[in-house]
Amino acid sequence: MKATGNYEQVRYVDPLVALTEHTRQHIDAWVAKFPPDRRRSALIQALFAAQEQNRGFLTDELITAVAKYLDLPAVWAYEVASFYSMLETKPVGRNNVAICTNISCWLNGAEDLVRHCEKKLGIKLGESTPDGRVYLKQEEECIAACVYAPAMTVNGHYYERLTIEKLDAILDGLSVDGPAHGHDEGKH
Amino acid sequence: MSAQPTGTAPDLLNIEVDGKPTQIRKGAMIIEAADAIGVSIPRFCYHRKLPIAANCRMCLVDVEMGGKLMPKPQPACATPVAEGMKVMTRSDKALKFQKDVMEFLLINHPLDCPICDQGGECELQDVALGYGRSVSRFTERKRTIADENIGPLVATEMTRCIQCTRCVRFTSEIAGTYELGGMSRGENLQIGTYIGKTVETELSGNIIDVCPVGALTNKPFQFKARAWELIAKPSIGYHDALGSNLWLHTRRGEVLRTVPRDNEAVNECWLSDRDRYSHQGMYAADRLHAPEVKRNGQWQATTWEDALGAAAEALKKAPGSELGLLVHPATSNEEGDLLVRLARGLGSAHVDHRLRQLDFADNAVATRFGLPVADVAGVKAALLVGSDLRHEMPLLNHRLHQAVKKGAKVYAVNPARFDFNYALAGEAVVAPQALVDALLALAKAAVADGAAAPAALAAPAALAAAIDGAAFDEGDKDAIAALKSGRAVVILGEAAVTHPQASWLRAVARFVAEVTGAGYDELPVGANALGLGRLGVVPGNGGLDAHAMLAQPRKTYLLYGVEPPHDFADGALALKALHGAERVVAFAAFASPALRDVADVILPIALLPETDATLVNVDGLAQGVQAGAKAPAQARSGWKVLRALGGLLQLAGFEFDDLAGLRDGIAERAVAGRDGLAAREPVQGLARLATWPIYRGDAVLRRATALNAHPLNRAPAVRLNAAEAQRLGLAGGNPLRVGDATLPLVIDPAVPDGAAWIEAAQDATATLPPYGAAITLSKA
Repeated sequence: MKATGNYEQVRYVDPLVALTEHTRQHIDAWVAKFPPDRRRSALIQALFAAQEQNRGFLTDELITAVAKYLDLPAVWAYEVASFYSMLETKPVGRNNVAICTNISCWLNGAEDLVRHCEKKLGIKLGESTPDGRVYLKQEEECIAACVYAPAMTVNGHYYERLTIEKLDAILDGLSVDGPAHGHDEGKH
Repeated sequence: MSAQPTGTAPDLLNIEVDGKPTQIRKGAMIIEAADAIGVSIPRFCYHRKLPIAANCRMCLVDVEMGGKLMPKPQPACATPVAEGMKVMTRSDKALKFQKDVMEFLLINHPLDCPICDQGGECELQDVALGYGRSVSRFTERKRTIADENIGPLVATEMTRCIQCTRCVRFTSEIAGTYELGGMSRGENLQIGTYIGKTVETELSGNIIDVCPVGALTNKPFQFKARAWELIAKPSIGYHDALGSNLWLHTRRGEVLRTVPRDNEAVNECWLSDRDRYSHQGMYAADRLHAPEVKRNGQWQATTWEDALGAAAEALKKAPGSELGLLVHPATSNEEGDLLVRLARGLGSAHVDHRLRQLDFADNAVATRFGLPVADVAGVKAALLVGSDLRHEMPLLNHRLHQAVKKGAKVYAVNPARFDFNYALAGEAVVAPQALVDALLALAKAAVADGAAAPAALAAPAALAAAIDGAAFDEGDKDAIAALKSGRAVVILGEAAVTHPQASWLRAVARFVAEVTGAGYDELPVGANALGLGRLGVVPGNGGLDAHAMLAQPRKTYLLYGVEPPHDFADGALALKALHGAERVVAFAAFASPALRDVADVILPIALLPETDATLVNVDGLAQGVQAGAKAPAQARSGWKVLRALGGLLQLAGFEFDDLAGLRDGIAERAVAGRDGLAAREPVQGLARLATWPIYRGDAVLRRATALNAHPLNRAPAVRLNAAEAQRLGLAGGNPLRVGDATLPLVIDPAVPDGAAWIEAAQDATATLPPYGAAITLSKA
């Protein structure tokens, strides 16, 4: 990972402008759950909210705005945003499709599902469709749905006992605009 | 606040390290106990001044408790000692753990030691020699990491990083700027800024020292020399009066880099960038290599004999009352004392080192800190008066930062919202002309809080009346309550000492300190202002002070280490007086065009690292140093030049033969303060706030190229707040006409109403009206 080089563009970002009312309310609700000197604990949820606001990925401006809103050093937010694979720091498609390829799903044919998706959408794992409709998440690890393997999450919602037909139906049903606004991605 | 327990014996535990019994305080980690008795445990991430991370795992040791061996190895840096604990640092098992960790750490480390600047002084190299295998079993590809440009002072080669996170912890815990972090995770974990910024802390060079590998190295020193080619000479910093202890790393007499020398009472194990990188300036192109004399308007390099003759003749020509001696406040005790002898011998009482001061009403000289530097880290409250402490004395600010981390409250009365690396508990930011009133409010709050009336404290009547007439608010009351609640300190900064009403600020600050029981620490302006004050390098009977000497021009001037116009409070006044003088003899290391313009004789003298000298630091500690580097060509130690000149003039006090003889003759001369207070003349319109930028403080710093390329050295500008700019009908970015200079306007929310912040000591700003004077701005 190279440094993004956006320091000058984001150093004076105003969190009240960069973050919507809805996002800020979400953050406030999470901040309230922790002791006053533990605002750092709300970082993950705050970044999720900002990612949702931006329809699926974070920008340097948003990450910095979240840190400023929480009154934390920006570098703490950069660390968290770059650490978690659920937080996207590069532009990706609006529907986040994550097919589990860990042991149980793999034994139950997850690899075939991945290959089918790649062929159907014309993109590789880790890429997004040119129209920005679908993002095939890079190597999703166990999503704790082994009982109903193979499984995947789409925008945070679970789809289980997948077959090629079921997969086709789900993918075809994805809107080019992504999930409806205010949908609870990442909050399952 | 609970009372500290006193008189009880410290809580000590008995443990055994490698069979050696030892005692250590409860709560200490195994590694501290081992270090204390000289048992070395290999480590990378542990640093005694940084919080514990325990992420390198190199310090794994075998631990036995209650006769039972712990099943797994324990990290010595993160395992607290317990009574009866037995630690085996070199048992077969411990060594195996350490060797295994070493192998992991070396997996991704490049084998580029031959081209790595850290080679030869690398902790990884050293430990690998002891614990590494001679052959790597790792046959896969090593990962590489893209480099980042973090500024002109620190070079990065992040592929070499072993993720010990010492630099991350340094910027967060010590520098307080939180600029580096661990990005991504697992094998991709890398240290960086993520966003791509210059590391802007004034202490950034320390990340080079804490880095155990060659990931962070000294940029100006890059590829200059190998560690084993360098000779380390002990010296001290001379850009502020802290007098940080340091090592000069020299090769054939040239300083190639500077590193800290541990001294817990002064700089601990740190060094400010200013002291670390200033050596570059010593070798600037305009460094003087030979004495020069101006004849018929032409400068000629000449012999010492000729130049000293010309200097002696110039100094004798006019009567002593027409001779003014202006001495740089970083001048050593030895030179300072000789300058007083010279002035006396020539019959002049006009000698002064307080070049940046504007107010001499109380004839104050720098005094020893009431609360020693080391104790500042333990205060419960502090009041900063006119101080941009981070820039004025970076490592004193670091002490205060440590106090804040332990809960101390810091209040400030400042002429601008200076940038602190901690949150202030309260702040009054007012234009320079209102600074005294803002401070008087605090004094009044102290009086109202039950302190003795100012009259009872033998305060001058004018001060007592002014305090009585002030009004205060809740914020002032809070500050006073905090200062009274425990150990506290009042710090009078450079922006107060150089203020046109410094006598008021000093008197009120002292009053507040006295009635609240706080220590009083006044920052000396100049590295040896304290020493020069003790030796009485100030006007004698009927003598003129530094400002008066220029306002009432003399026929002859002697400049000692002074660079006009930058080193003067009022650059324009200085240039005018020096231009008008018949003769100017300059002792200087550098010959700037301005100096060449006004001087008639220039005698090249050594800089502090090149001479034997004594400087007195803020705690009153006289620190003697020996020459660590060679002065260029004909340049000589100042005391030798003065000795020769005094001898030539056949003056008393110059009969000594060597440095010891000179030092024997040095006597302290008490300086009598006055009760005087400056007249407080109101300023119409905008007043100038002039601060000396961190990397423009003296002639050496102004020539240190890497420091001057750092973002803390801001481009010259007029800074106004948005409201003030709007009132004046001016827009940001546009050029403004100020006096005879044209400067861009920067809208800066840090500036209070009624002030125009124009930093001093930049070529474009040096001759503008001084600090506190009225400023007229117009569109260029």
